[in-house]
Amino acid sequence: MKHDDLSDRMYKEHILELYKSPSNYGTMENPTNKDTEYNSMCGDEITIQLKVKNGKILDAKFSGSGCVISMVSASLLTEKLKGEKIEDVKKFEKNEILKLLKIKINPARIKCALLPLEATKKALR
Amino acid sequence: MKLNNTTAKKLKRDFPIFKNNPGLIYLDSAATSQRPEIVIRAVDNFIRKENANISRGVYTLAEKATEDYEQSRKSVAKFINAHHEEIVFTKNATEAINLFSYTLKSISPREKNEILLTEMEHHSNLVPWQQMVKRENMELKFIKVKGDFTLDLEDAKNKITDKTAILSFAHVSNVLGTINPVKELIKIARQKNKEIITIVDGAQSVQNIKIDVKKLDCDFLVFSGHKMLGPTGVGILYGKKELLEKMKPFNFGGGMIKKVTLKDAEWANTPYKFEAGTQNIVEVIALSEAIKYIENIGLENIHEWEEELTDYVIKKMREIPEIEIYHPKEKSAGIISFNLSGVHPHDIASLLNDYKICVRAGHHCAMPLMEKLKIPHGGTCRISFYIYNTFEDIDRLVEALKEINKKFNK
Repeated sequence: MKHDDLSDRMYKEHILELYKSPSNYGTMENPTNKDTEYNSMCGDEITIQLKVKNGKILDAKFSGSGCVISMVSASLLTEKLKGEKIEDVKKFEKNEILKLLKIKINPARIKCALLPLEATKKALR
Repeated sequence: MKLNNTTAKKLKRDFPIFKNNPGLIYLDSAATSQRPEIVIRAVDNFIRKENANISRGVYTLAEKATEDYEQSRKSVAKFINAHHEEIVFTKNATEAINLFSYTLKSISPREKNEILLTEMEHHSNLVPWQQMVKRENMELKFIKVKGDFTLDLEDAKNKITDKTAILSFAHVSNVLGTINPVKELIKIARQKNKEIITIVDGAQSVQNIKIDVKKLDCDFLVFSGHKMLGPTGVGILYGKKELLEKMKPFNFGGGMIKKVTLKDAEWANTPYKFEAGTQNIVEVIALSEAIKYIENIGLENIHEWEEELTDYVIKKMREIPEIEIYHPKEKSAGIISFNLSGVHPHDIASLLNDYKICVRAGHHCAMPLMEKLKIPHGGTCRISFYIYNTFEDIDRLVEALKEINKKFNK
């Protein structure tokens, strides 16, 4: 009774696993940078906390609530951020996120995938 | 026409969208309804054969266009038992409420400085008022929503006071499907405050429930054509004539004037003074075909069928223990919100798309209501029915939900 796989292909096993037990979910003490971004379409809300020293990100955490795509994107992004230079992170675009997710994202869900990156850029402003 | 599973299937054939998208299960009519062939044809026919601007030209085409446009105003008026001079065409229901927020202060007594809404309003019946209270130094108050998804009428009685300038509320909640007791609320309002202005947001009700503005005794009613089988781009503002006459125009320009000099202008009569510039002529004219189609079936039959579908879907969804349903026990329209435990509504809607099932997910432009009801993720999945929905649509929805549930809650 299923007609196609357009959405299901986003919900791969590795994605669902990371959704159920996310990495870097929670808060840290004394973050140097912190901000929240919202997706007005679905009400998702993601807060990114960073510890930055000498232009380098030492630690990253995220909190909030969202769909599988935004939560998994936040897990993968916070993992990637550790050790990155903030000047490089400011240049991150859609491609960096898609490489991390390793799935094809439907156009309507791109916003969800990019929400953690937007929160990060906001925190680094 | 009595609606049942057989007649609903027949009606489905009047809607080309289903022919062009085989297997489509459309459960998002509260966002916008589909359009029957006769409405699409009316749009096409006007552009192809009758196109001219209205109210200006004296040639035959322009006269015919004007006549058809005004005929549509009469159809809308008859549909809600109003006079045609009490019908203003706007872009949508939202624009009608914006018009109120800029014009009603001048016809309300100065000492009244409160606007009363409910906690279940769509952003369209909230955000314009937030801006108005800031501009006019007024205050916003809200009638509470109870745990059973209905309005707290005791709270309403306490909050309607001498100070209330405007009471504006949804007839049917676009999230919960709750039918609010319009007549009762307006009666209470008038008893407590003779000069109160009452506004009913009928965006989710006029297509399902027979409305008689005289019986409801509301001062204003707003609704949208595209949720009642008509084209997008047409909103309807009904207002009692004596009030419309007192109100100032909202948009200014051509078509809404009697006489213009270099320094000033005199307004046209109601309702024309509210219709500045070229209107959505095609869409307004095609709307009258949608009304004919609805009246042919009969609103009582439509409401009964929606109730049957609603009872059926709730019964079927209860087969999945992980589903939480947000819907009142009685007096409801065919709008049902739900969540699947541990799953974000957006993920459900995305996965349902693989089954060609269209549902809405998110806060449904009612963020304060989501917060009030403490809904996880601040959003729900919403299904909403109309005349073309059948039991089979629901069976396929529930089957799909069972499979999605297995994926997340195994």
